[in-house]
Amino acid sequence: MLTALLIMLGLGLVLGMILGISALVFKVEGDPLVARIDAILPQTQCGQCGFPGCKPYAQAIAAEEADINQCPPGGDAGAQALADLMGVEFKPLNAEHGSPKPKSVAFINEAVCIGCTLCIQACPVDAILGAAKHMHTVIASECTGCELCLAPCPVDCIDMLPIAETPDNWRWQYPIIPIKAIAFVAGEVSA
Amino acid sequence: MSTIINFVSHLLQGKSLNVHFNDVFKFNGGIHPPQHKIESTLCPIGKLPLPEKLTLPLRQHVGNLPKIKVQVGDYVQKGQMLAEAEGTVSAAIHAPTSGIVSAIDEQIIPHPSGLPDLCISLIPDGKETWGELHPTDWRNTDKKELVNKLRASGIVGLGGATFPTHIKLRSNGTSNVHTLIINAAECEPYITCDDMLMREQADDIINGIAIVQYILGAHKSIIGIEDNKEEAITAMTNACISAEQEAITVKVVPTLYPSGDARRLIHLLLGTEIPSDKRSTDVGIQVFNVATVLAIYRYFEFGEPSISRIVTMTGNVVKPQNFEVLFGTPLMSLVKATGAVKEDTTHFIMGGPMMGFDLPNTQVPITKAANCIIAAAPNLFAAPPPAMPCIRCARCAEACPVNLQPQELYWFSKSNNFESARDYNLFDCIECGCCTYVCPSNIPLVQYYRYAKSEIIDADKATSAADLARERNDFRLARIEREKLERAQKHAERAQLAKESKSDLMLDDSIVAAHTNTETPSTDPALDKKAIIAAAIERAKAKKLAATEAGVTPKNIENVSASVQAEINTIDHIREQAAQAEIAKTSTE
Repeated sequence: MLTALLIMLGLGLVLGMILGISALVFKVEGDPLVARIDAILPQTQCGQCGFPGCKPYAQAIAAEEADINQCPPGGDAGAQALADLMGVEFKPLNAEHGSPKPKSVAFINEAVCIGCTLCIQACPVDAILGAAKHMHTVIASECTGCELCLAPCPVDCIDMLPIAETPDNWRWQYPIIPIKAIAFVAGEVSA
Repeated sequence: MSTIINFVSHLLQGKSLNVHFNDVFKFNGGIHPPQHKIESTLCPIGKLPLPEKLTLPLRQHVGNLPKIKVQVGDYVQKGQMLAEAEGTVSAAIHAPTSGIVSAIDEQIIPHPSGLPDLCISLIPDGKETWGELHPTDWRNTDKKELVNKLRASGIVGLGGATFPTHIKLRSNGTSNVHTLIINAAECEPYITCDDMLMREQADDIINGIAIVQYILGAHKSIIGIEDNKEEAITAMTNACISAEQEAITVKVVPTLYPSGDARRLIHLLLGTEIPSDKRSTDVGIQVFNVATVLAIYRYFEFGEPSISRIVTMTGNVVKPQNFEVLFGTPLMSLVKATGAVKEDTTHFIMGGPMMGFDLPNTQVPITKAANCIIAAAPNLFAAPPPAMPCIRCARCAEACPVNLQPQELYWFSKSNNFESARDYNLFDCIECGCCTYVCPSNIPLVQYYRYAKSEIIDADKATSAADLARERNDFRLARIEREKLERAQKHAERAQLAKESKSDLMLDDSIVAAHTNTETPSTDPALDKKAIIAAAIERAKAKKLAATEAGVTPKNIENVSASVQAEINTIDHIREQAAQAEIAKTSTE
């Protein structure tokens, strides 16, 4: 009886120690849920959700302070993925936060640009190149299309250009079987 | 149809048919579509008259677009480089004939999308003057240098994959390729360009194989030819014997689509299955198309870059034939060369009937990828009957040469379940079309796979773009934070410094005050400022006085018009008044 108790106690101590040590050794840095939500978000950093970037929005979702349908660039597909991850009911995009737009990149009309650097300060991903009193330009491959540079520009020289379809980014379409009009011949319908 | 199924099942059971298998290994699946090869092999390879205009798309190969080296209006010689390879995987583009560059703009290219892309247009002068050619003595040249030279040749895989050839020959010094396979299977119906090439230029092909074998350091070469090309087999065998190349052998493989797929051919000839995540070079095998090795031979022997290819023009035309076509030739010139287009022609297909795609119009240029052009008509390619639901017969799985589960891939692709499709090795699918061909429900299976593939590729691109954006945003936030800290630190340092100097100053002041009893510094900042301004005015006045004493006057007030002089006088008057008012004000204070 005593031996059994001692064995169980010993086992409990050893296993508890192993668990304690592994909790220290394999400690997970940060909140894995935030990282998983952040991975779903499109990283445009546009702030349309009402948070200053994708990560703050992810943190708010994880803390259940924000809804899953506040990200227009992510679209309904993004909301669906977030709903699946959070185990909540899917909700269509909240129109208050804007509607999805075709993916576009900012383009600076370099003839009009006065070199004020306001757009450079507004860009969340440092995709605008330039210096004070020098012309600025957008690094198109790094622009997320967040439109945050539009408002600060004092001369309205920035336009959002939708990304054109080229043979490089062209996609095969879902096979659609076309419905054809066939001449109606009386008497053949039943056959 | 039932005969085909019987044949396939015979093959699956390993029963020998009337075909001599010549110690080849079999792969699963495959189909026997009607061949239609004889029509275009009745005439020798023809030549086309020089077209009025050549349009050379920059996108003729896999990889980066080449960098344009010419300008509109330039005169170029035949074989002159128009665009050079940019980056690692890229190929150069050369002028197919001498003439003038008439435009560099976007034009419709032969691509499934039917979208325009950047092209160089060339108006031939009809003289066909070659630029300077540099043949290479390849036997006495370093292999690395040969590969570097090939980079400027513009040669890409002419079997249709258009992968830049110099990349395939590149080695890190320790090439372990032991076997070179020459792909001459040409398994797709209608296409006969490689067949005709072997019949007519077998000796040069053997020379090309010898060059490639030398560069790769391979011990042996095997030419794989399907048994429906008897004349080509004879020509190549004779060429091997006459060239006394013992390391090169011809191996006949049974006619079965898609035996021309590189991995299927390797399996047929050597029995080696390449793992899906590996390349054939990882197991010491490299595959080249027969037309590609000929292009390599012509480049080293004569210095001719890649400016033309053999194209099969067949289908619904009066006289199907193979032609040597300059790249950039409009499709219509090629069609005209076969006689008139038959009236019921609906459209043109580039590539074979199994894997080809519809061309957007009849003016698109012939490119390096164009091995065959088929004029399509309802009697040749009947519109597919409407697709019916999948009955789960798994006939597609039996026909799949890659041993995939096409029915599963179909369900996943149809329901946009892309992750599962990827797990079922969607990307191993070679889009050969065997599954579509055998499907009793006429489901366009390959279209679903292409759709799923491009969606997955697109999603992957979006993910990597998001990762980049996240990284840059994190970096930006960290930078802002760092700058804020640095600024705070600097402020603190400066405040500290100011404090120290102030206490020093106060110390000095107290000593000075104690000794000389001068005026203590005023504590009112407004008065301070006034004093500074007054001092500045004094300084300016002194300067001006010094200037007038030295006889210097502003240059721009000499010889001025009366109106300007009047203006100057008024301003001077106002200044004088202001000065007097100032003096009066200070005196009353």
